Amino acid sequence: MTPSRTSADGGAGTRLPLFGDEHDALRAMARTFVAREISPNVEAWERAEDFPRGLFATVGDAGLFGLKFAERWGGSGPDLLAEAVWVQELGRAASGGLAADLAAHAQRALLHVDVAGTDAQKQRYLEPGVSGQRLGAVAIAEPGVGRDLEAIATRAQRISTGWLLDGRKSPVTNGAWCDWVVVAARTGAGGVTLFVVDTDAPGITRRRLRTLGWRSAHTAHMVFDRVAVPEDAVLGEVDGADRALARVTAWERLASSLGAVAAAEVALEGAIAYAQQRQAFGRPVARFQVWRHRFADLATAIASGKALAEHALRLHVAHRGGGRVDPDELVRVTAVAAMVAQRTACEVADEAVQVHGGYGYVMEFPAQRWWRDAWMGALAGGPQEITTREVAATLGLSG
Amino acid sequence: MEEELAPHADEWEQLGRFPDEVFRRMGSLGFLGLTVPEDYGGQGRDYWSTVVLAEELARSGNGGVAMAIIVHTDMAPTPIVRFGTEQQKRDYLEPAVRGTRIACLGITEPEAGSDVAGIRTRAVRGRDGWVINGSKTFITNGVRADFCTMAVRTSGSPADGHDGLSLFLVDTDLPGYHVTRELDKLGMRSSDTAELHLEDVHVPERALLGAEGQGFQQIMWELQGERLLAAVQAVATAQLTFERTVEHVRARDARERSRGGSDARRHRLVDVATAIEACRRLVYDCADRWNRGVDATLEIAMCKLASARTSQQVAQEALSLHADDGGLEGSPIERAWRDARLLRIAGGTDEVQREIIARSMGL
Repeated sequence: MTPSRTSADGGAGTRLPLFGDEHDALRAMARTFVAREISPNVEAWERAEDFPRGLFATVGDAGLFGLKFAERWGGSGPDLLAEAVWVQELGRAASGGLAADLAAHAQRALLHVDVAGTDAQKQRYLEPGVSGQRLGAVAIAEPGVGRDLEAIATRAQRISTGWLLDGRKSPVTNGAWCDWVVVAARTGAGGVTLFVVDTDAPGITRRRLRTLGWRSAHTAHMVFDRVAVPEDAVLGEVDGADRALARVTAWERLASSLGAVAAAEVALEGAIAYAQQRQAFGRPVARFQVWRHRFADLATAIASGKALAEHALRLHVAHRGGGRVDPDELVRVTAVAAMVAQRTACEVADEAVQVHGGYGYVMEFPAQRWWRDAWMGALAGGPQEITTREVAATLGLSG
Repeated sequence: MEEELAPHADEWEQLGRFPDEVFRRMGSLGFLGLTVPEDYGGQGRDYWSTVVLAEELARSGNGGVAMAIIVHTDMAPTPIVRFGTEQQKRDYLEPAVRGTRIACLGITEPEAGSDVAGIRTRAVRGRDGWVINGSKTFITNGVRADFCTMAVRTSGSPADGHDGLSLFLVDTDLPGYHVTRELDKLGMRSSDTAELHLEDVHVPERALLGAEGQGFQQIMWELQGERLLAAVQAVATAQLTFERTVEHVRARDARERSRGGSDARRHRLVDVATAIEACRRLVYDCADRWNRGVDATLEIAMCKLASARTSQQVAQEALSLHADDGGLEGSPIERAWRDARLLRIAGGTDEVQREIIARSMGL
């Protein structure tokens, strides 16, 4: 669809409806795929705190890792709207952990290679990543520091054959079983550089971490002890991590928001279904006005989160398509959408626990998982503090 | 709490249980019968002693331990102190105070949570006592308890509302008394939670606690004490979480000194401290009323509602202020966050408290 007029957002605001017929067809296909390959196994995988690694190849074979990448690398895009459709449908499986592993691979690691990689790097990492054969992850955060680039301590030192990496990274989502990892390391006084590193390199050790949510995710603590990497392990420019990260983080945050809204929809549907069948004081809980009104409030919050996230998606699509999009506006709308979507996901899941009463607190009902996963999303997707800081910065406010 | 219980917090959380020995040890130290008359091995003190115990139990670092102990010291035995016969006090109260017989309280059923009048477990008169049939769920201490203070229907049906309920003291080793399942919970994991099934359980006439048919009034009275103690624990846990978060924020501010620390973080901590202080005053006001025997239905419901909600909000703020830990499981903050979530459900949900408040206000 070509924008009918040029506006400040490159015509993005005029893209209504957002999704075309081809996306509706993809949605139907993705929904069938999730219903067949993922949903029936979610409870068992959550209990096992695991899922088969082969799922990556299954997703890859179905073409669902390649929607936003060029055909040259095995993709079918770039089509960010198609990618968004897949993220929404995956979100409806309500397995935050599985979705987090897949997102760490596709929304972060592969995107980093696509954005900044050389052809050789794309051949080595992007192509087998799109087919789901080799798994990637991104290691930015460090213990006690989070993703704050100014504070990270991992160092890369120049040696004759390339670089020597030293440091600790945690938590690294998908890190416990990935084949390669994008690592942020300090290369100068102020500069941070991204490296793409095979995880079988000598000096890398990792152990899996348990997190409060996303229990089926393969999150790791990784240690880099004098890990020698060649010169061509540098991803993008030396000291250039911040720009690449800003771009990938913006997309990742948007994808997380779309996923969070989808998960909130599932939690609300589950809460309403339970309230309709559970009797208290002689009638179904859903017949109490208090709960009917609360469900209405939650549905409204979800609608706001979805509208914001989809508006952010419009801007990303327009920006990627070369439209005239104010970069600050892109960051602002994405951050605002993330704040609303993640808060809404937490709020909806919390009410889902509440309406289940005691059953909301036992592990055999999914409400507690919706709640833990929603919080995990809010904590991991860019802590509230960072998002708030970004919104403030776009208002011209800095500390 | 800090020397003997807190060091085991992680271990017991992982295990999903703490040793029975803790009951005996606390019994020998005199913690389990603070308000029980001295004739039955207790200390004969007033309610403030219970408040102190409930507050300090938070320092065990383990919501499950605190909850299990309070169920044993107060929720299950208090009706015996008030309604029990001399024989019942000798048989149940004394060993509970010593910590040699573990107590649980059986009110909730699969189809009757907040709605106490919906209890379906039924006792019918037999030849020399009563025969009980039914199910109970979410019973704290229920897996290992030696006896259960149980609410049972002795006449009428759930449709009749509040009439026809009675309390019984049921030994858990009786034929037909089954622990059908141990429930796996989101938090409070160091305490055991049982689902019970009773199939033709014969209890003697003397198992009836207080007058027949008075169960609803007895439960409503018991629940007030339960709610108040839930509020005490909510505030005490929130305080501990707050203290840990202050340490964390201080350390982080020190690391970021070059960038001036964060006034926004400081203000969030101030809001947390203010909310805790307000709830603590509400708790102490209610404790004073309860201690003097003044009716405090409205105040206790408000106190429970506000404290449970505050406790969760404090845990959420703490978690968010610890976000640089990336949501790792096993930290005290993460555990407190999962534990705190129960307080808005157990002892009557937020919605039930609001209903009580609304009715008390004539709405």
